[in-house]
Amino acid sequence: MRSEEVYKKYPRNEASNMIAMLQDVQEVHGYLPEDDIIRVAKHLNVPTSRVYGVATFYNQFRLTPLGKHVIRVCRGTACHVKGSLDILNTLEAELGIKAGETTKDLQFTIETVACIGACSIAPVIVIDDKYYGGLTSKSVYKLITEYRKKEDQADKQ
Amino acid sequence: MNIKINNNEFWANPGDTILQVAKREGIKIPTLCYLSDLSPTGACRICVVEIENGQLVPACAYPVYDGMVVQTNSKKVRRSRKSIIELLIANHPQDCLVCVRNGCCDLQDLAAEYGVRSYRYVGEKRSGKLDLASPAVERDPEKCILCGRCVRMCHEVQNVGAIDFVDRGFYSQVAPAMNRSLNTTACVYCGQCIVACPVGALREKSYLKQAWEAINDPDIHVIAQVAPAVRVAIGEEFGMAPGSITTGKIPAALRRIGINEVFDTNFAADLTIMEEANELIERIQGGGKLPLFTSCSPGWIKYVEHFYPELLEYISTCKSPQGMQGAVIKSYYAQKTGIDPKKIYVLSIMPCTAKKFEAGRPELSVSHTEPDVDVVLSTREFARMMRIAGIDFTRMPDEGFDDPLGESTGAGVIFGASGGVMEAALRTAHYMITGKDMDRIDFTPVRGLQGVKESSIKIGNATLNVAAVSGLHNIDHFLEDVRNGKSTYHFIEVMACPGGCINGGGQPLPSTPEKIQKRMEAIYEIDRSLPKRCSHYNESIKTLYDEFLGKPGGHKSHEILHTHFTKRESI
Repeated sequence: MRSEEVYKKYPRNEASNMIAMLQDVQEVHGYLPEDDIIRVAKHLNVPTSRVYGVATFYNQFRLTPLGKHVIRVCRGTACHVKGSLDILNTLEAELGIKAGETTKDLQFTIETVACIGACSIAPVIVIDDKYYGGLTSKSVYKLITEYRKKEDQADKQ
Repeated sequence: MNIKINNNEFWANPGDTILQVAKREGIKIPTLCYLSDLSPTGACRICVVEIENGQLVPACAYPVYDGMVVQTNSKKVRRSRKSIIELLIANHPQDCLVCVRNGCCDLQDLAAEYGVRSYRYVGEKRSGKLDLASPAVERDPEKCILCGRCVRMCHEVQNVGAIDFVDRGFYSQVAPAMNRSLNTTACVYCGQCIVACPVGALREKSYLKQAWEAINDPDIHVIAQVAPAVRVAIGEEFGMAPGSITTGKIPAALRRIGINEVFDTNFAADLTIMEEANELIERIQGGGKLPLFTSCSPGWIKYVEHFYPELLEYISTCKSPQGMQGAVIKSYYAQKTGIDPKKIYVLSIMPCTAKKFEAGRPELSVSHTEPDVDVVLSTREFARMMRIAGIDFTRMPDEGFDDPLGESTGAGVIFGASGGVMEAALRTAHYMITGKDMDRIDFTPVRGLQGVKESSIKIGNATLNVAAVSGLHNIDHFLEDVRNGKSTYHFIEVMACPGGCINGGGQPLPSTPEKIQKRMEAIYEIDRSLPKRCSHYNESIKTLYDEFLGKPGGHKSHEILHTHFTKRESI
């Protein structure tokens, strides 16, 4: 769907469509750009503060663009016991961002997840849709370096 | 139906909440997030009471049923309320001593009432950035207790929606869209959020420092002007009964503070009526845009600029009384006395926070560069000023305002209550059209605290349909009708604040419906007691036209007293 289609799809002044509309906007951009939050508010005739309130309340909405690779770090109980905090710290230090943020080059986003449901291979992270279990600070460092190398090569070609 | 509260039987209406019954019967249940007239949310839980099965329920949101048994003061209730207070203050800055609401804070009062003597819970506190960017309203999110009163006021009563709950859980806060500053939003600076706020999270921007600097500078001629609604409210700050009339004490106090001259905004209100009544007649007789909307409420003006800019030409071009007084002081008065207008400093005392913003509008200044009103203090700030100066307001003698911009009529003072501008304008319009006064000067259909008051009045051969509206959510359907060409009105008065300036965002706190009622009654009592009750009988106004302005609506009047408003964008 393109951006214009979202605004055509929903009738004006129907505030009850707000969440569905925000979902569609996010589908288009991968996140909710500020301009669209303002435009959705005007379209539905509700205050921008209310749309922003809804957008920041629900976990499903992002206000910053997503990186090409999304790294989900499991912070559930089993992973925590097995040292997932070290994994997270390593990733944050290596990529220079905090959980919930995206690198400036838009390559990586780090997110934390309550439990991925793969406790048997804890500590675990998911990059895009690939699972990596039994990690250590060292192996996660290696893993992320490989991803970066691949991206660099892709850039050169 | 019957319910039992604390072992006493009371009669209750179906649909009543426990709180409503208790209030009616004089049983106190503490509240924080509750505000009468706004939808109950039960967010703060401070009003919990125990019902027959031992359950704790919020009295503000819980409906009664026949045979209900309520305890408002059981051990469980007291412990629960105390814990709630302790948890609230655990996430609240411990800076009561330097807080603007020290001594006037619901949370502080509750902590005292429930005997909280220590900070029982210590932990991480929510952080938030101070928002000091607007010229009128400041936000301090760290003081916010998330009761949501301001949000409901802004959305439900004022229909602006500049702020809302943002983020969630521990990180929840009340903020404008994108967490920006209030000055980037459609906030109209009415200050009703300040009136609603139980703590110090929302407050007016204070200009006391600037005011003192001007007063202390011997080269500067400081002239004060005092709005009508201040004189029926300021007494509350000094323990006087609500509705005490203190017209004479105000100039006495201002002179003792060191103000050089004290003029009355009521004079400018009379002047506004001369211009606005004339404008109304010109529009009716000349086929101009109707209905004519009043322009004295700066919150209302900003509302139209943001939300209905295409209707701006329906708004009266008259500056507000504050604006007119400033303009006349810096032109006519400066010329008459030979004082360099650059050495004149106009200090307004207003019941309003939006007036602080209005004073900075370049289109309101005669020179378009230097403001005509240099600083605006709220009624509350004026009280603070008197306390610092050691003035016992209650013991001030009655003194008069200075000439020539201090004379006023009953028509000027009723500007302070919703419907007053309308009534004052009709008194003079009647005279201008028919050459005689109305048979009855009082035009009561537009009086009272209701949000919408409508009436018709026959003047000469014409019948005018008029309305007085206060609380911005009440104005939308009038504006929609104008937009769709369906409006049958000739003249509509709008005040942003519910009830008008008597309930302005700068008035003494806490504000209650009973106090507003008393302030309104006092306004009309002043009007009744004055020998002159129509603006066209104000001798100083006649002199002003003879010596300087010419005639109402004339060329000079337009240059000095009229303006134009413009479309405003915002997020």
